[in-house]
Amino acid sequence: MSTPLILLILAIVAIVCYVVGTRHALAIAGGVSSKLHSRPGYYGTFVAICAVLPAAIVLAVWLVASPFYINSAVLGGFPEDVKAKSQAEQGLAFGMVSSLARGMDVLTLEEIDSVGADPVALRNALGAKGLPLAGDPEPYMVESAGDLNAMNKISNRVMTAVVLIVALIGAGLSYTRISHRFRARNRVERVILGALVVASSIAIITTIGIVMSMLTEAGHFFGRVPAWEFFFGTVWDPRFAAAGAAASEGQFGLIPLLLGTLYIGFVAMLVAVPVGLFSAIYMAEYASPKVRSVTKPLLEVLAGIPTIVYGFFALTTVGPFLRDISSKINGIATGDFANFIQAQSVLTAGFVMGIMLIPYVSSLSDDIITAVPRALRDGSLGLGATKSETIKKVVMPAALPGVVGALLMTASRAIGETMIVVLAAGVAARMQLNPFEPMTTVTVKIVSQLTGDLEFTSPQTLVAFALGITLFVITLCLNIYALFIVRKYREQYE
Amino acid sequence: MTDAVSFPAGASAKPARRDIGIKRRYAAERRFRAYGIAALSFGILFLFILLYSVVSKGYTAFQQTMITVPVEFSEQIIDKDNERATDPQKLVTANYPLVARNAVAKVLGVAEGDRAGLRAVNQMISDGVRSQLRDMVVANPQIVGTTQTVSLLAAGDIDSAFKGQIDLTVSENNRKVSDQQVGWMNQLAEAGALGKHFNTGIFVNGNSSRPEAAGVGVALIGSFYMMLIVLVLSLPIGVAASIYLEEFAPKNKFTDLIEVNINNLAAVPSIVYGLLGLAVFINFMGLPRSASLVGGLVLTLMTLPTIIIATRAALKAVPPSIRAAALGLGASKMQTIFHHVLPLAMPGILTGTIIGLAHALGETAPLLLIGMVAFVANYPTTPMDPSTALPVQIYMWANEAERAFVERTSGAIIILLLFLVVMNVGAILLRRRFERRW
Repeated sequence: MSTPLILLILAIVAIVCYVVGTRHALAIAGGVSSKLHSRPGYYGTFVAICAVLPAAIVLAVWLVASPFYINSAVLGGFPEDVKAKSQAEQGLAFGMVSSLARGMDVLTLEEIDSVGADPVALRNALGAKGLPLAGDPEPYMVESAGDLNAMNKISNRVMTAVVLIVALIGAGLSYTRISHRFRARNRVERVILGALVVASSIAIITTIGIVMSMLTEAGHFFGRVPAWEFFFGTVWDPRFAAAGAAASEGQFGLIPLLLGTLYIGFVAMLVAVPVGLFSAIYMAEYASPKVRSVTKPLLEVLAGIPTIVYGFFALTTVGPFLRDISSKINGIATGDFANFIQAQSVLTAGFVMGIMLIPYVSSLSDDIITAVPRALRDGSLGLGATKSETIKKVVMPAALPGVVGALLMTASRAIGETMIVVLAAGVAARMQLNPFEPMTTVTVKIVSQLTGDLEFTSPQTLVAFALGITLFVITLCLNIYALFIVRKYREQYE
Repeated sequence: MTDAVSFPAGASAKPARRDIGIKRRYAAERRFRAYGIAALSFGILFLFILLYSVVSKGYTAFQQTMITVPVEFSEQIIDKDNERATDPQKLVTANYPLVARNAVAKVLGVAEGDRAGLRAVNQMISDGVRSQLRDMVVANPQIVGTTQTVSLLAAGDIDSAFKGQIDLTVSENNRKVSDQQVGWMNQLAEAGALGKHFNTGIFVNGNSSRPEAAGVGVALIGSFYMMLIVLVLSLPIGVAASIYLEEFAPKNKFTDLIEVNINNLAAVPSIVYGLLGLAVFINFMGLPRSASLVGGLVLTLMTLPTIIIATRAALKAVPPSIRAAALGLGASKMQTIFHHVLPLAMPGILTGTIIGLAHALGETAPLLLIGMVAFVANYPTTPMDPSTALPVQIYMWANEAERAFVERTSGAIIILLLFLVVMNVGAILLRRRFERRW
């Protein structure tokens, strides 16, 4: 039976158990539910949980574990000369076997008979069914594929039987436990609590997943390319070697990418920080409630626009505009109408990213500025300071730690931003300081190394995970530090 | 006491006021204020420039130039040997572009022997007519041999020229439409045969390398599946996690760790989630690439922290008196929360969820890594089928060089922004309508 079907059966079992359990509990109480410890529905739920939960766990464990067991059994059945080969070749052979096995499921019995033991004919027959094979299968592979299919079939049957038996046993046992004094609600609530704990640990699992997946893949990468060459290399040139050619590995220097990331982020902050900060100050200190109620949501709309839209804006509007205006300026100044700002440049990407970051800076700082106690302002104004002096000399120093925290969080956004730089920053990994030239970033390279067809064995694709973990660590450090500053600051006034 | 102050002799003029720089200070005050206004206007100005640039480029994408001409479904061309009864494949593979070309050439009066002229006519019609006419004939084979009035898709360049997006003053060699074609275009337009119609294709068509036939239909379905998966997974998990953290969790190292974790996950760059999805869901679990299932799972992980943070705020806002009352009447803690606290917090939770979904809808970077940058022309039937997503479609079109794709891209962005506006306005209305203040 297929897994969805088993799940459906389990769902039906759960509903039946609920109804039967509820009825049974009411019958025991003689129809007076107040004689029971819990409300009747809890007894039904208890029976349903006892039936389905263990069965579902068995199902999950079986589904995860059985492929490992079957695969190793099939690999063990390979002829000795194949077993003597390298891991990678065995893996290839096994991939062939499993696609053969999938194909033999599709073929009808007559077709298998007509093909017989001829591997070439088998390949053609599978190709006709829309299942192309990478190469001609060898006879032992066909045999192994048959074994694989047989084992899978047996495993599936046993699994179905075991799951259903476990469900029935669970239902039966729990059914017999229903009585007046049985504390069904406490049991059910304990299970619910368990589910809540599991749900909240998903956050932890995600983090572990991120770290583990990137560490293992990056580990493979560092097995090919020394870590110091990655972290301190100044040349980024990941040559995509032609398949099969023993070509050079290419160079994977992180420094040019990191410089580009930081440079573009710096330009973005140069735009976002003054604009965002002054907007926040104006909205918090000067604007009338009416103006504030219009401008604050308007600025926050900027944060709601997807970054791909900013990228497109940079690509089609800002980039060409800067290019044309630079060519005009150059023409007026020197008579030579060559543009000195490229359409894709640090400036374009940084400027547009800066606009995107304005609302992050402004709304975070706005919250922090408004949190500064009124008394501080009144004291300063009472001593004769003007409003701007109060802001500059009293409010901002008090808000500074929080603002710095907000800026750090914004900076981590700038570093992790992808779509704007993919479309507007260019792909050339260069080390230079001219903001009018294109540079590239870590995120751009992650995207460009991982789009398209890829195999998970070449350093060209694995490097993306090394870049990813670098990015993750940088943003994580920025965020934790920002969180630390903000928390520390918050304690001052509470 | 002030009487004691005596002015020096000869100070009959006004007493000189000590210069405390009041003018300078007030000027500084005005300057500071002006900086604030300037900054605010800068931000809002760019919001409008951005929206204007998208809308001005994109609103024409909702109109499509069509050439409405009587098309003769000539048996000569479609089915010369009259085999369609025995070989239905015949009708599928017939040379429909020729049918369309002849129809337009006839209206324009281009002679049959004029090869250059016929080629120019052919360039005015989209290649999409092949499937358009084929579908008509396959659906109703009776029309072979008859003449029907059909609205044919105009080619992308003619579409752009008719919408005035191609500068006709540059020399003929440097633009994609010839003077002859422009003349024909105007001739057809005057005759009422060529005109702009509402473009339903952009909503229902799949991707295409021809801008006039490209649409976001497949991408919309892909995005819909993903949003469904995100909603089904992240809402229950997020709510369960928040209930535990807010109501049950003891204050210890472990819950502290979860807290810090969630705050950090909310700030992890989205592309990192793409790497996670690639390594775990595709590489380790063996789920298919380009499937909306994987996209949905990745976006779920990305949206969870947002939903958890919003839900916790909503739960926190329910006053303790509600809990105390329920507990006092003998409800268990679980009953209190599920029967009383949660329903009261629901508007806030849903608002947070919608905002999280809107964020996920516009997310592009992680989807690029799990292979959703695929050329998908067919509708996916299940979430396991290859599909693409609205923002990814925008990204793919943004990389196309043709002028007509800029218009399509902007059109797709307008569609995306409209969805986001609807979701956000929905969230705001929900909050206004149901949120209670205690």
